[in-house]
Amino acid sequence: MAKLIEMRATWGETMLELTKTHPNLMVLDGDLGNSTMAQIVAYNAPDFYMNMGIAEQNMMGVAAGMASAGLIPWLSSFACFLANRDLDQLRVTVTQPKLNVKLAGHYSGILTGKTGKTHIDVEDIAILRALPHMTVVAPADSVECRQAVLALTDMPGPAYLRITRDASPVIFGEDYRFAIGPVVPIREGKDLTIFGTGVQTARALEACDLLASEGISAHLVHVPTLKPIDGNGIVAAARKTGRVLTTEDHNIIGGLGGAVAEVLGQHAPFPMKIHGLQDCYGESGPNDAMLEKYGLTPKHVALAAKALLNKAR
Amino acid sequence: MPIDPAPKRDLQARAVQVRKLILQAVHKAGAGHVGGPLSMVEIAVAMYFKILRIDPKNPQWPDRDRYVLSKGHSCIALYATLALRGFFPVEEVFTYDAMNSRMQGHPDMTKTPGIDMSSGSLGTGASPPLGMALAAKRLGKDFHTWVHLGDGEIQEGQVWEMAFVASQYQVDNLTAIVDYNKVQQFGFPKDGNLRRRVNPLVQVPEKWRAFGWHVIECDGHDFDALIPACEEAKTIKGRPACIVAHTIKGKGVSFMEGDYNWHAKVPSPEELAKALAELEAGVPVG
Ligand SMILES: Cc1ncc(C[n+]2csc(CCOP(=O)(O)OP(=O)(O)O)c2C)c(N)n1
Ligand SMILES: [Mg+2]
Repeated sequence: MAKLIEMRATWGETMLELTKTHPNLMVLDGDLGNSTMAQIVAYNAPDFYMNMGIAEQNMMGVAAGMASAGLIPWLSSFACFLANRDLDQLRVTVTQPKLNVKLAGHYSGILTGKTGKTHIDVEDIAILRALPHMTVVAPADSVECRQAVLALTDMPGPAYLRITRDASPVIFGEDYRFAIGPVVPIREGKDLTIFGTGVQTARALEACDLLASEGISAHLVHVPTLKPIDGNGIVAAARKTGRVLTTEDHNIIGGLGGAVAEVLGQHAPFPMKIHGLQDCYGESGPNDAMLEKYGLTPKHVALAAKALLNKAR
Repeated sequence: MPIDPAPKRDLQARAVQVRKLILQAVHKAGAGHVGGPLSMVEIAVAMYFKILRIDPKNPQWPDRDRYVLSKGHSCIALYATLALRGFFPVEEVFTYDAMNSRMQGHPDMTKTPGIDMSSGSLGTGASPPLGMALAAKRLGKDFHTWVHLGDGEIQEGQVWEMAFVASQYQVDNLTAIVDYNKVQQFGFPKDGNLRRRVNPLVQVPEKWRAFGWHVIECDGHDFDALIPACEEAKTIKGRPACIVAHTIKGKGVSFMEGDYNWHAKVPSPEELAKALAELEAGVPVG
C-alpha cells in the first residue's frame, strides 16, 4: 500500500518552509486557515500571514496590489471560490497585467469532506486554463505538490495550484523532480495511452493493474501542468499506442481531456475518449460512495479504457 | 413585550430538540458544522413555529413567506427545524451528508422540501431574497421575505451591494437577520492571542443604518426579545429592516460556546454524551 498524505498539509508546511527563504512571501487567507492549513503559517510565522476575511474579491485585488509592489502573495481558499467568486478581479487585475500572484485552490475535485455541490468545483481547470498568461498545475501527490509550490513561487507570473483535501497515495519517490510543463511518463505500455492529472493519476495507475490482469497493456502518462500544455510530450505519448484515454476528477468539458484534445485534434488525431465527471454538479457523500457514483474509481477508468479499445478496433 | 409563557415554553422545548438533532446528526455523519447551527436555533424556531406564513404540506405554495438561510453551512439547524415542523420525517435528518440524501451539506432547493434558495457560498444567498421581495411587490403578493446572514458572511461585498439596492427601492417586505455571534471560521486573533480567534467586526447596527435600513437589536436566544423584533420588522414601511441578533456561537453546550474550533468540528462519542446531557439538564435557553 502506498503511503497516504494530505496535500493541503504539504502545502501549508511548504509555505512555512518558504517563509525562511522568501522574505517577500505573503499568505492571504479567505478565512479558511483551519481547513486549508494556512494555519500552519498563521501560528508559526504570523508576519507572513493575513486573513483577508470572507471577502475573496477584495483578497484577489489586494494580492494584485501586493504583487505590483514586489511581494509574492499566495492566496489560499477553496478551489470553488478562487476559480469563481473573484474571477473578474483575477482576470482584470492579475492575469491581464501578468502579476505575480499564486492561487492555492484547496478542496478541489469531488472529495470535499461531504460539503456538497457548492464546494465541489467541477470547472476550475476549464476556467483557469482559459485565462491568458495563467499557469495551471495539478499535482498527483504530496511529493509533487511540495515541488510544485517551490517551482510556482519562483516562477514569475500568475499561477494556480490544484490541491486536494483528503490523504491520497504518494506515487512518486523522493528522487522525483517536478518541472513546470513536461508530462511525466509513469508506466510503459502498448495498447493505449492514458493521460491522468492530479490525484486521478493515482487511480489511473491502479486501473493499469486492473487492465494488465486482463492482458491489456496501458501506457500511463501524468500531466501535472495543464497550462502551458506539453504539446510535444502529449503527441509523442499518443503516438506510442495510437489510442488515447484521458481521466480527471473534473468535468469532461474544458479540463485535461479538453487540453489533450486541443493538442491531438490539431497535430495527431487518434481515437480518443475523455473520462471524468459527466457534466454534472456534485453532492454530499462519503468518499468511496462519491467516487463510485461519479465514476472515478480505478474500475471506471479501466472500463473506459476497454470501451475505447472496443471502439477503436 | 414578553410573549405568553405557555407558547414560550413550547418554543424553548423545540429549541432543545433542534440542538439535540444538530449534534446527533453531525456526529452520525462524521462531518458538518456545529457552532453556526447552534447559534441560530432560536431564530429558526421563532421563524418556523411562530412568524412565517407557511404550509409544510405545500412547501411550494406561491404565497408563502420566504426564508433564505444565506449562511448555508448552518443548514443542519434548518433541516432539524423543518422536520419538527412537518416538512419531512425527523428520521430523515439523520441522513445528513449521506449519499443521495435530501439533507445536503449545504442547502439545495432542488432536493429539500422547504428550502427556498440554494446557498453555501457565503454572500451569494443575500441577493435572491431581495429578488423575491421585489417580485412580491411586482406581482401584488403580500408575502414577507427573510434573509439570515452570518456576521462573518457580511464581510462579503455582495451583502452590501444588496443592502444598497434594497433601500434604494424601499423594499419594506424584506428583513435581514444578522446572526451576530462574533466568531467566524478561522477569524482574527483576539488581543494578540493567536489561538483565540474572533470576528472583530464592529458597529454592525450602525453599518445597516448607514445603508438606509431600519435596525432592531435584540438577544437572538431570547424569544421574548426575538419574536417582538420580528413582528416589528414586518410593520416597518418604506425601507427594509435588519434585525441584529446578538447570539453565541455553539450556544447551549458549555465547551462549544464562543470557540472558533467548534465551527465545523465533529463531537466525539464522549463529547456528544456530555453535550446531550447538558442540553437535557440545562436551564432552557430562550
Ligand atoms: C464565499 C465563501 N467563502 C468562504 C466560505 C467558507 N466558510 C464557511 S462558514 C465560514 C465562516 C462563517 O462565519 P459566520 O458568517 O460568522 O457564520 P457562523 O458564525 O454563524 O457560523 C466560512 C469562512 C464559504 N462557505 N463561502
Ligand atoms: Mg459568526
